[in-house]
Amino acid sequence: MVKSVKVYSTSTCPWCIRVKQFLKENNIEFENLDVSGDQLAADEMMAKTGQMGVPVLDIDGEIIVGFDKERIKLALGL
Amino acid sequence: MKIYDLIIVGAGPAGITAGVYAARKRLDFLMVSLDIGGQAAWSGEIENYTGYQFITGPELAQKFQEHVLKYGAAIRENEEVLGLEKTGSVIRLKTNKADYQARSLIIASGKKSKELYVPGEKEFKNRGLTYCATCDGPLFAGREIAVIGGGNSALDAVLQLIRIAKHIYLVNNASHLSGDAVMLRKVEGAANVTVLNNTSVTAVLGNRFVQGIKIKNNLKENELAVQGVFVEIGLIPNSAFVRGVEKNSKNEIVINLRNQTNIPGIFAAGDVTDVPEKQIIIAAGEGAKAALGVFHYLSENNF
Repeated sequence: MVKSVKVYSTSTCPWCIRVKQFLKENNIEFENLDVSGDQLAADEMMAKTGQMGVPVLDIDGEIIVGFDKERIKLALGL
Repeated sequence: MKIYDLIIVGAGPAGITAGVYAARKRLDFLMVSLDIGGQAAWSGEIENYTGYQFITGPELAQKFQEHVLKYGAAIRENEEVLGLEKTGSVIRLKTNKADYQARSLIIASGKKSKELYVPGEKEFKNRGLTYCATCDGPLFAGREIAVIGGGNSALDAVLQLIRIAKHIYLVNNASHLSGDAVMLRKVEGAANVTVLNNTSVTAVLGNRFVQGIKIKNNLKENELAVQGVFVEIGLIPNSAFVRGVEKNSKNEIVINLRNQTNIPGIFAAGDVTDVPEKQIIIAAGEGAKAALGVFHYLSENNF
């Protein structure tokens, strides 16, 4: 089953770029939420994680802060 | 256990360039690094790397990675080196994931942000306190923030934040700002920047997120209401894992003109060394020098 993947990011952060690149390389579809231009998305991210660091991934409800490749792979079943 | 010709620690401009040169010399080598691009990846705008009149840090890091991977270099990312030792002619490397052996080593582990070491800093990291204006700046749109520091990195952070934040307090513990004249002029001319000289931060305050900082000026303590704290007080070399190699008073690894340390076979390059001037293009050049030095070292010793 296809998992729902959300990426909370800003356009300038290097790890955000690498997370998105990693997902694309693995043909994972995701919704990108730019928290710098979207206050609702920023609030949602802070409510989910209690912190403001990007990137944050929401993979079917599992929250991963930062480009933690191993955890992302596990959550996606790669 | 397999013995590599060379292991490169770090994948910033120095490490990546060393990797490109090592690959072209057909050395059997491995790269071990926490990240790719190093500090260069965190730079906002780069206008002094020859060949690119303008490129962003993340884009340059991407180009670096593509270049070295084109040669099929093996990069172990997210891996941290904990220690190293040389016995006989073999260098042993211990990381948080594995052990490796090599005939030679290039340490290109770069520098990282210095911390404030005040109460509240750890608790509020990523809860309003950050060391990366490039990454986290956009989250502070319309907020009141403080940038801590008074040199080029602090000025760079302020300039990135001028158009984002409502108001910026630049908290500088020296009597005046230092840094490039061009940046200074822009910062001092900005309507939404207040410079507080001779002022140090003594604590970071807040509840779930940052709500303010405690500052001290001439023994007088005050509180400043801010929702963001950007720490830009300079850098320290990532050299703690390197024991038994000569370092200077700043903990930078001492190298000679050929990038050799005091231990034969152990080379170093870029910002982690005592090379004068820390620049992306200089680090890249040093990486090339170190890889060529390793090539000569290996052939002279018939490895």
